[in-house]
Amino acid sequence: MSTLAEATVGQRGQVTNIEGTDDVAIRLLEMGLTPGAEFRLLGVAPLGDPIEIEVRGYRLSLRRTEAARVLVATKD
Amino acid sequence: MPAANPAPDITVALIGNPNTGKSTLFSALCGVRQRVGNFPGVTVEKKVGQTRFHDQSFSIVDLPGSYSLAPRSPDEMVAVDVLLGRQDAVDTPDVVLCIVDASNLERNLYLVSQVLELGRPTVLALNMLDVAEEKGVTIDAEVLAERLGIRVVQVQANKRIGLAELKAALAEAVGGKAKPLPSPFPEPFQEEVGLLVERGVRPRYMAERLLLDTSGYLDSAKLPGVTDEIRTFLVEARERLSTAGVPIPAVEAMSRYGWVSTVTDGVCRRAADRPASLTDRIDRVLTNRWLGSLFFALVMIVMFQSVFYVAEPASAMIDMMNEFLSNLVMQWLGPGALRSLLINGVIAGVGGVLVFLPQIFVLFLFIAILEDCGYMARAAYLMDRLMSRVGLSGKSFIPLLSSFACAIPGIMAARVIEHPRDRLVTILIAPLMSCSARLPVYTLLIGAFIPDRRYLGILGLKGLTMFAMYAIGIIAATLVALVLRRTIVKGSAPPFVMELPSYKLPGLDIVTYRMFDRGWSFVRRAGTLIFAVTIVVWAAGYYPRNPANIDPALMQAEARLQREITELAATGPSAADELDHRERELAQVQGRISGQYLRHSALGQMGQFIEPAVKPLGWDWRIGCAAIASLPAREVVIATLGVIYNLGEEESESAETLSQTLKKATWEETGQPVFNTPVALSIMVFFALCAQCASTLAVMRRETNSWKWPAFTFVYMTVLAYVGAMATYQIGMQFVTS
Repeated sequence: MSTLAEATVGQRGQVTNIEGTDDVAIRLLEMGLTPGAEFRLLGVAPLGDPIEIEVRGYRLSLRRTEAARVLVATKD
Repeated sequence: MPAANPAPDITVALIGNPNTGKSTLFSALCGVRQRVGNFPGVTVEKKVGQTRFHDQSFSIVDLPGSYSLAPRSPDEMVAVDVLLGRQDAVDTPDVVLCIVDASNLERNLYLVSQVLELGRPTVLALNMLDVAEEKGVTIDAEVLAERLGIRVVQVQANKRIGLAELKAALAEAVGGKAKPLPSPFPEPFQEEVGLLVERGVRPRYMAERLLLDTSGYLDSAKLPGVTDEIRTFLVEARERLSTAGVPIPAVEAMSRYGWVSTVTDGVCRRAADRPASLTDRIDRVLTNRWLGSLFFALVMIVMFQSVFYVAEPASAMIDMMNEFLSNLVMQWLGPGALRSLLINGVIAGVGGVLVFLPQIFVLFLFIAILEDCGYMARAAYLMDRLMSRVGLSGKSFIPLLSSFACAIPGIMAARVIEHPRDRLVTILIAPLMSCSARLPVYTLLIGAFIPDRRYLGILGLKGLTMFAMYAIGIIAATLVALVLRRTIVKGSAPPFVMELPSYKLPGLDIVTYRMFDRGWSFVRRAGTLIFAVTIVVWAAGYYPRNPANIDPALMQAEARLQREITELAATGPSAADELDHRERELAQVQGRISGQYLRHSALGQMGQFIEPAVKPLGWDWRIGCAAIASLPAREVVIATLGVIYNLGEEESESAETLSQTLKKATWEETGQPVFNTPVALSIMVFFALCAQCASTLAVMRRETNSWKWPAFTFVYMTVLAYVGAMATYQIGMQFVTS
């Protein structure tokens, strides 16, 4: 099971779960990263962090430490 | 006799995600008929506007843009309290207006799901349909309305389309029975909520929120009815649910988005492989590693250049006007308290604020444009890695960068930072960014006291020193931010998770409105404070005023010269040269008299009192005095130095003359020169790090809604400045004497 932090640019996949129950986890869930949600990795910032994904029709950016909480199944 | 108002005011609560055009809608509905105030105890602004539809008047409460009604801080609690009618500062809303972005419907409906659960009459404004179309998204508004059970009105806030229908829908919705939607939560969850309600937790919405509150905010908020018994019950309930396969808090997002999917199925059609939208294509460049960074640097450079080149002429004009007024006063009034008050108090004080106004407005304009067009989020995205190294986030970048021109727009721009801790730290370190008011101080002292050496043929020592002053501010800010995050403003890093909204052309009216609104807010608040402080400092520098303290020889010389000038003036143009010579002599004598009055004034005495404290910095009492006097605004130090070193009122503006005078200044006891390179450096370092700016402190008070933080800032920066100046001088003297 990999995490969103390990995805590569252009990769698509589905969220399987979010780790943790703290503010970061709640925020990720509220923004639509729920189990079953589809995403696509759009890009990475020049300094390597944060990353940018497309989910539920909009663009979301998050830090790698936050992306590491998002467990995903990628389609290749 | 005025006719009785046919229908009472309808109170509307306006809520929606950020970047949905909520401000544009509010502006379109209410125009200038809005009032801004405060909710007690929080930093959220209370914005209420008025609008009419036929005979019906509406009061619209603009709630802050949010992604969710799950409160995790007092600021977020405000929206919940208003909607539940528990916030005394506003009337209980009769109807809730939810604005959603049609191009982004799924995520927007998450908030709508929470709002609908409140059971209040609700109307949905479906905005940004043009953006949706461009993204290949079509929405069937009628079916959506059916499924949600509320009125859905299609609007385009920026083009003012659909506003009348919206107001009609709002009026109709009032008093109606909101069709209760089935709860999206699974059975076990609803059961536990029911048990909580039975135990006295009201209303049902709050019971739900308590059960989901794993972050602990609601617990710490000490809500009525939440006893220790209830707390124990909550812990047990969560465990029961966890065993039953209902994860807390994930169940909320899963249930609500599950509901959203059923609502949007068939209603919202997204073209499967949609063409890349304009936003996508723009972002391919702007968030790209090389081009993106380059574009970003360009935008920042343009912003700064415009502040200096566009604002400069306006500032220069205001400066000229100040001088003109001062001269008028000099002609009309004889020397005395009133004239001094007007010139050095009122004109200097008010004029001092006005001179910075063009800069401030230009900055506000840029910040408003960047916010509105969507680039602000990209800037935060690009800079986040850098900022998180000091415990901040990318969203702090533009506020801090703006502070290099002036901390006031920078601190006000910190409003975009959602998380209170990040916002607070950003506000607290913003004044360390060397603002443009420090520039005259640097320029004067570097010009006079830094030798003109060059290294490697191109690096001038003067330029390097200037750069060093800016660097000192940045380094200090970094250290202070790190210390603050570990001590007073402790806490785990808030989530960065941030939406990158679609690009759009900034709306001219919303941008100019923001610029004037914030600019005027600054003038009103800071202006009055600076004015008051300037008067106080003037009074301290003027009184006590006893001619008996002045060297009698000087007083006699003044009287004699004035007599001679009157006589010479009467004899006609032939005595022009002599007249000129006498007038210059008189100016010198009067300068020295001013200097002596200042020494005996309250300010002067304060300066002498602290002299032992500033000696380790290499300063004499006169420099200490000038530093105290610069509390209203940093650049006042230059004028004060001029007066103290006997230049008198008219001459002190000339930088050349001031340089010369400072170079010749000596310690009274020893006759040694006061100013040398280490002293000049220590003064510059002091001003780089000090908080001598009443307006910044005033704005800080407004943005943090308390006097605690500006007071803290003043103290920490003064300590930092003192220590820094002392270190600079002591170390510098080692090099001089060796």
